[in-house]
Amino acid sequence: MKNGELVNLNQRNLSGKGYNICMFRRLLKLARSNRLAMILTFLFGWLGGLAAILQAWLLSRSIDGVFLGGLRLLDVSGLLKLMLVVIFLRALTTWVSERFASSLALRIKSDLRTRLVQHLASLNPAYTQNQKTGELTATAMEGVEALEAYFSQYLPQLALAAFIPLTILLLIFPLDPLTGLVFLLTAPLIPLFMWLIGKAAEITTQKQWHSLIQLSAYLLDVIQGLTTLKLLGQSLHQSERIQEASDNYRDVTLRVLRIAFLSALTLELLSTLSTAIVAVEIGLRLLYARMGFQQALFILVLAPEFYLPLRLLGLRFHSGMSGTSAARRIFEILDTPLSQASILTAQKLSAYNHPLKDRPGIHFEHIGYTYSARNLPAIRDVSFEIPNGQVTALVGSSGAGKSTLAAMLLRFIEPDQGTIRVDGQLMGTIPQAEWRQHLSWVPQLPSLFNTSLAENLLLAKPGASTTELETACQKADLLDFIQTLPMGLATPIGERGTRLSGGQAQRLALARAYLRDAPMLILDEPTSSLDPLQERVLLECIHDLVYGRTTLLIAHRLNTVQQASNIIVLDSGRVVETGTHISLMKSSGVYASLVKAGALT
Amino acid sequence: MKTLQRLLGFVLPAWRWLVLSVGLGSLTIASSIALLATSAYLISAAALHPSIAELQVAIVGVRFFGLSRGIFRYLERLSSHETTFRLLGRLRVWFYDALEPLAPAGLGGERSGDLLSRFLADIETLENFYVRVLAPPLVALVVVIGSGLFMAGFDVRLSSIFLVTLLLVGVGLTWVSLALGRGPGQVLVEAKANLQADLVDTLQGLPDLLVYDGLPAHLERIQNRQSVLQKAQHRMAGISAMQSASNQLLTGLGTWLVLVMGILLVNSGQLSGVYLAVIVLAAMASFEAVQGLPLAAQYLESNLQAAGRLFTIADTPPAVQDLPGSETIIGTPDLSIKDLFFAYPESPVNTPSLTDIQFDLPPGKHIAILGESGSGKSTLFQLLLRFWEMDTGQIMLGGRDVHQYTQESVRNCFSVMPQNNYLFNTSLRENLLVANPFADPQQIEQALKTVCLDEFITSLPLGLDTLVGQHGLQISGGERQRLGLARLLLKPASIYLLDEPTAQMDTRLEGHIIGNLQTALESYSLLWITQRLVGLEWMDEILVMQAGRILQRGRHADLIQTDGLYQRMWEAQTGLDALQES
Repeated sequence: MKNGELVNLNQRNLSGKGYNICMFRRLLKLARSNRLAMILTFLFGWLGGLAAILQAWLLSRSIDGVFLGGLRLLDVSGLLKLMLVVIFLRALTTWVSERFASSLALRIKSDLRTRLVQHLASLNPAYTQNQKTGELTATAMEGVEALEAYFSQYLPQLALAAFIPLTILLLIFPLDPLTGLVFLLTAPLIPLFMWLIGKAAEITTQKQWHSLIQLSAYLLDVIQGLTTLKLLGQSLHQSERIQEASDNYRDVTLRVLRIAFLSALTLELLSTLSTAIVAVEIGLRLLYARMGFQQALFILVLAPEFYLPLRLLGLRFHSGMSGTSAARRIFEILDTPLSQASILTAQKLSAYNHPLKDRPGIHFEHIGYTYSARNLPAIRDVSFEIPNGQVTALVGSSGAGKSTLAAMLLRFIEPDQGTIRVDGQLMGTIPQAEWRQHLSWVPQLPSLFNTSLAENLLLAKPGASTTELETACQKADLLDFIQTLPMGLATPIGERGTRLSGGQAQRLALARAYLRDAPMLILDEPTSSLDPLQERVLLECIHDLVYGRTTLLIAHRLNTVQQASNIIVLDSGRVVETGTHISLMKSSGVYASLVKAGALT
Repeated sequence: MKTLQRLLGFVLPAWRWLVLSVGLGSLTIASSIALLATSAYLISAAALHPSIAELQVAIVGVRFFGLSRGIFRYLERLSSHETTFRLLGRLRVWFYDALEPLAPAGLGGERSGDLLSRFLADIETLENFYVRVLAPPLVALVVVIGSGLFMAGFDVRLSSIFLVTLLLVGVGLTWVSLALGRGPGQVLVEAKANLQADLVDTLQGLPDLLVYDGLPAHLERIQNRQSVLQKAQHRMAGISAMQSASNQLLTGLGTWLVLVMGILLVNSGQLSGVYLAVIVLAAMASFEAVQGLPLAAQYLESNLQAAGRLFTIADTPPAVQDLPGSETIIGTPDLSIKDLFFAYPESPVNTPSLTDIQFDLPPGKHIAILGESGSGKSTLFQLLLRFWEMDTGQIMLGGRDVHQYTQESVRNCFSVMPQNNYLFNTSLRENLLVANPFADPQQIEQALKTVCLDEFITSLPLGLDTLVGQHGLQISGGERQRLGLARLLLKPASIYLLDEPTAQMDTRLEGHIIGNLQTALESYSLLWITQRLVGLEWMDEILVMQAGRILQRGRHADLIQTDGLYQRMWEAQTGLDALQES
């Protein structure tokens, strides 16, 4: 697995006991930073339990008094008034406990989400493009949300399920050891069964989460490609596949739920049966006058309260588990190592004390690179120079390695072999952000954001004036088009630039470059979407733009490179020729034959 | 209200399951009431020291109810969830079917991130509709009536007080929760959708953001969205906590009132003391039925909003609709366009996309459409493919107006290579088979050879099973285009539409592929949009377009002799090419 490369979903390891405890510890660590909230949540929950015990006692006292003691309402009014207070206090503790629990969960979720997004943004984009954006977004949204139940309900309940029954047990044992024994024996059975069935459900829960992610990514793909599907006549068939995918998701989820329900069944049976057993045995003892009625009623009312925390734990365990599955993926992303270059960026800029000269010369020395999905190297022992202030062109058939080299210059990937030097200094020692400030990039497929034209342009130079924007657009031959729009520069462009044609998008990217006015420029197929007339106009503009600027020009249209001071010809990842247009034509090599092929058509 | 009715419409076909699960749910709660009541009776009666025989029934009753609750609960959950997932599946398919006719015209303004948020999250929200919204009130109704009658058996006034407190929780608290939660709930849903959309936008545009250092601004925006979301969630949590606390308070008060009332009745001799514990514990247990109702109301709100969003987009009328009585085309029709005029709805007045377009395309004819970007070429394809409805003019297929055919059958006549070729996040093979699921390996092989992709495929360790990544970004632009062309060749059709098919290829490859295509498609009709004057010598007719009109038409040899736009473009291009030779 290369640095910065995210693991393919299919390769994920679904099992691992050690990983489980590790997951629990990591999640607990997240909570630990909010220690106070956790303690208060627990404390008030426990106080609520105490209130319930007190309420039960007061209830049994009053009923005993009236039923067997023949007391009147006035006689028990003290007890009744006290009961009202306790009822109120109990409700109060519920409120406080829940408030703290939800604050805890909220804070943890937003911290985690922020971390996750920042980490994703720091990973090499070349690799995040491989992962489905739908899946990553789902993880950052629903995945993080799934942790809500874990932190606000499961964790507190874990503690309460131990302490409240314990408290009740401590009170009951001196009163009635036999019932105490029944409670003591049945109580541990509940977490035991919960754990047993939980283990079985866990694999299925993970599959369910996996299935939801797949469904999410699949649906995003289908929506974005809906037009293509319609074109190919497959859009109606897609309906069936969605049904299939939904059914699959349903089956998996139901299988999880069936097991979850089974565990809930067992837990409920345990508690209701125990209550029944307790009722019968105290009833019988009452019958033979071996026990007082008040005690008996007290125990009977307490019995459900004893089992309630344990049953609640059982319920919340399963919603907590779906949080764990999501957490797995979240931690997987967070654990993905950043590339060296990214780490360097994270380090202090003060550590870097060689300021970049305005016009650097760049040397590629014996560069090699292989993509992880491929057998053959994309780049093999490539050495060339991009001199100061001149246009260097990379030429070659598609797949020859041009975009790979550009990606290196953009610091999206690092070479496997060789070094890149900038004015003698290793590029790896220059922080990425610093380096990119000196760059403009005009990619093959520019990213257009769902905001206005102006904001898409301002990306290149925030705070630019409207005049500057218009000038840049004019240079990129975009201004005429903008002036036909009623909202002009404020026109919103649809998702992924739906309302701009291919050529217009490319000119927008060029306008960005003009606006930014950076010392270095990378142009990737700048005129591929334009007709010859536009191409000629744009070549003139580009001529103005590249004049005096260090430029790397990637093209497969030969008439765009003839201006270059140096042309580097690539074939299958190797440099086969270098020189100026004239010298290469004279040597009648690969370049010359490419040109001849172009001139013929 | 209307939304609720429509939503109910999805559920009601499964009414038998509904009745079953409501029945089981009622029995579940009844069991726990009975358990506590019978136990209370058992010990109260035992305290009076009767013979054991008199307690036998109670003992058996207690044991029975100890078992029955769990079992009924299990069955009830199975039946209700089974129904829920059927509902979900039906909803997803319904929504996709509603969405399908809208693409691409009706979806242009929507963000895919937002759409996904609607699609998936809203449908997931509706998962709760049955179990948490519909079922609890129905169960509560049955149980309330039942326990009210039970209490009335002891004393009517007792029963009334009891019912009032039950209703306070079930209806009063519910209504208050609904009212309080409405605003914040809406804010929450919107906040989530906005955050999601921004996340998608940022993640998809990461490369450009990195280079132009636009990431901090985007991250800040995401942070802001997250703060908004957090605030909304905090608010909702506050309402939820208030609700839990009030729930518990009212339950406690209700039980207390029953106790007080019971004591009064025992004191006045209207109630035997034995039953005091019984009625109090029974009352306590009965509240379980109504305790879930305020939560149900919250879910109702979010459900209705989710459903509302789904219905809104589903109700959007599609841009093109089949007329009743439309037929399917058969055979290989010829295409004929007359006086076509079209303007996009949002485009400014007096700038139509197409004016006075006219041409004929019988089988075997190859026409090239040349013009700068924005001259309306792609729009023509949109109309031919019935994605938009023309304003005036006629498109004729096989001599008949295209309105007489179904959209789908019209599209089946064409095989298209669009400008924006979408690759699905799956394997190369799957991306090819989507054009023709019945293509055999030889056809695929042949298509790949024609577009010069065969060597590339061989170079991959996994071959055709290699994954192309999201939007196909794992492979280069030129390779993506060729894949699109391979799709074009694989789809069975009689008219081929190509929209700038070689824009991202180098010149040598371009020439090679154009030659191959022209040979492969020689006997078919071909409409080829291009901006470059490459390979036009062999075209039967060239239409030169500008600002939505056809300026010139004719064969290459004639057009270069004629004074006009074509000639100028030709000179520009050869001029550029000639510079190479110097």
